[in-house]
Amino acid sequence: MLALEGIVVEQGNFRLTADFVVEAGARVAVLGPSGAGKSTLLSVVAGFLAPDAGRVLCDGQDLTGLEPGERPVSIVFQDNNLFPHLTVAQNVGLGVKPSLRLSQEEAAKVEASLKRVGLEGFGGRRPAELSGGQASRVALARVLLRARPVMLLDEPFAALGPALRTEMLELVREVAAETGATVLMVTHDPGDAARLGGQTVLVADGMARAPVETQALLADPPPELQEYLGAG
Amino acid sequence: MRVIGGLIQALAVALVLALTLGTLAAVAWRAEEAPRLGPAEWAAIRFTLIQAALSAVLSVALAVPVARALARRSFPGRSVLVTLLGAPFILPTIVAVLGLLAVFGRNGLLSVLLVLLGLEPVQIYGLHGVVLAHVFFNLPLATRLILQGWLAIPAERFRLAASLGMGPGEVTRVLEWPMLRSVVPGCLLVIFLICTTSFAVALALGGGPRGTTVELAIYQAFRFEFDLGKAALLSLIQFGICAVAALAAWRVALPGGFGGGLDRVVERWGIGSFWLRAQDAAVVVLAAAFLLVPLGLIVARGVPGIGSLGAPVFAATGRSLAVALLSALLTLVLGLALAELAQRRRGRYAAWVEALAALSIAVSPLVIGTGLFILIFRLTDPVALALPITAVVNALMSLPFAYRAMAPSLAEIETVYGRLGDSLGMRGWARLRYLVLPRLARPMGFAAGLAAALSMGDLGVIALFADPDRVTLPMQLYALMSGYRMEEAAAAALLLLLCSLGLFWVFDRGGRLRAGA
Repeated sequence: MLALEGIVVEQGNFRLTADFVVEAGARVAVLGPSGAGKSTLLSVVAGFLAPDAGRVLCDGQDLTGLEPGERPVSIVFQDNNLFPHLTVAQNVGLGVKPSLRLSQEEAAKVEASLKRVGLEGFGGRRPAELSGGQASRVALARVLLRARPVMLLDEPFAALGPALRTEMLELVREVAAETGATVLMVTHDPGDAARLGGQTVLVADGMARAPVETQALLADPPPELQEYLGAG
Repeated sequence: MRVIGGLIQALAVALVLALTLGTLAAVAWRAEEAPRLGPAEWAAIRFTLIQAALSAVLSVALAVPVARALARRSFPGRSVLVTLLGAPFILPTIVAVLGLLAVFGRNGLLSVLLVLLGLEPVQIYGLHGVVLAHVFFNLPLATRLILQGWLAIPAERFRLAASLGMGPGEVTRVLEWPMLRSVVPGCLLVIFLICTTSFAVALALGGGPRGTTVELAIYQAFRFEFDLGKAALLSLIQFGICAVAALAAWRVALPGGFGGGLDRVVERWGIGSFWLRAQDAAVVVLAAAFLLVPLGLIVARGVPGIGSLGAPVFAATGRSLAVALLSALLTLVLGLALAELAQRRRGRYAAWVEALAALSIAVSPLVIGTGLFILIFRLTDPVALALPITAVVNALMSLPFAYRAMAPSLAEIETVYGRLGDSLGMRGWARLRYLVLPRLARPMGFAAGLAAALSMGDLGVIALFADPDRVTLPMQLYALMSGYRMEEAAAAALLLLLCSLGLFWVFDRGGRLRAGA
């Protein structure tokens, strides 16, 4: 269970508040207009940004003061998820140990996770030799291997075409199911939110609202969402 | 590992502070026992300022037409020439001096020509010789800085000027003159600053009461008069001159790379007349000849003697290579430590770290050498430490350039990959090994090459301490020149040239290859 308690972030004119709970294993889309604070919300959970007030709890553990790498969290960014100078296997291996001194067993796990995302035998390649979809798969293989309780995705597939995006969302659902992780995924596309098939946190007017069922939300959108979606 | 990283950073800061401000304090303390300034010291101050001012003005004045020709003409060999403009930066001073002697010396090409015409041979020693050598080194630097200014003028402006029917004169007044007004002052200051710390050139081409720089006077007080108080007082004066010039030139224009981005030619209209083309061609040919003929003569005269070089020259080469490699390593460690420190503590602290990295620009090698001698001569024999001290002081001299090459890249690495590294818990050694070093390979290779080449060719602090039996290659070369053993000197100069350029090439190339992998 992920709890955001009285979170306040203020940066100049920008203000974001959040105060809600996400059930363990839930798949939650974070939806809203650009500049509303969707990525800011993820940065707070990931530990890149300390909130001005409030705290984040994961399964009862207060995350305040923990470094990003120490948090029970994996994150996939919009781009630059892979180090271009390392091989695919090394990029995934970093998820096991940042020192990359892997035992045989650990190296086998790396290979297995690559196989799981459909990239068997790609371990020796460099990111420059991969397509956009393959690079996303490598990032997800690392998330799978790290198996952290919370999985954050910050518009991870925005650069991919519609068919690939659907495919990736399916893979996200599978990885989440296998690791039992709680998913928070930022998107600006209501279609992606629907395909993720869970709940949605609406971020608008300086506030991240508590998650509600996505289908119900999209079927009967509140005024702020109507404004974002346009023609109602 | 984090602790070790912090420790290395603290040590780097302490070392830089000790070598700059620490040696300065030692010098100031010792200068109290010095006599007052005599006429010879005043003459040295006057000479230093006059030769630096003349060198700066001449270099820039000559660089403007060369940069203009390079900016608006494309011709075969242009990019090679632009690359060559970066070479004097890593060219050993003493080698260049030998090359200039071969052209402008008493028995040089020019004198031979003049005698054939029934005229007097030229006299290179003295003010004009020093200025000539400084122009040789700084004309290329000025050309590159001004060329950058020219290429920074948007091409659309020239197109607009052409569509309005402006001729070359009007384009100069409307577009080029404002650019020059903003670029030239910084350029003058930088070259003035470089020339105030001139030692090797003054040592070889100056000398005498009317051709002594303050740096040379420090050396003479130290080496021939054994007057430590006087050397300290002169060091203080030298620091004063440098500090004033450095404050003025602060952040203006230090070379960050060799001709990067200078490869294109601005498309221009209305410059096709025969007269303008002939003018540009003449300027380029003259500039190239001024740079290449002395170097060509070094090669031509050095090749025959290279087989007969004696064992002392090779021993000196070995020592110089060791000093250069040590110096390069130290430069990288210092530069990386300070760049990391500035990266971790942004804001005001970062500005302080940056100032620290540039501090050695304001402190001349001989001032540092004098201060170090004062600090350690009671504890141990400084002559025995001559080579390590040379490596350390050389590293300090290369630090500003190394920092400038690495710090922006490090900042970019953190911007692009910092969060990914953080989210994966990459810290300390793992971060250095798998994130920083691979992505920093290119600027690191460049910085190491620069540091190694500068150290290889350095004739500065080593002159203060050197044990005659264990000299470096530049010292050995100077000794050969002083003994008029010119054939051997030419061969040794060629060897030194090859070592300096070779070191730079190997490191720079290595960095590029690593970065490409």
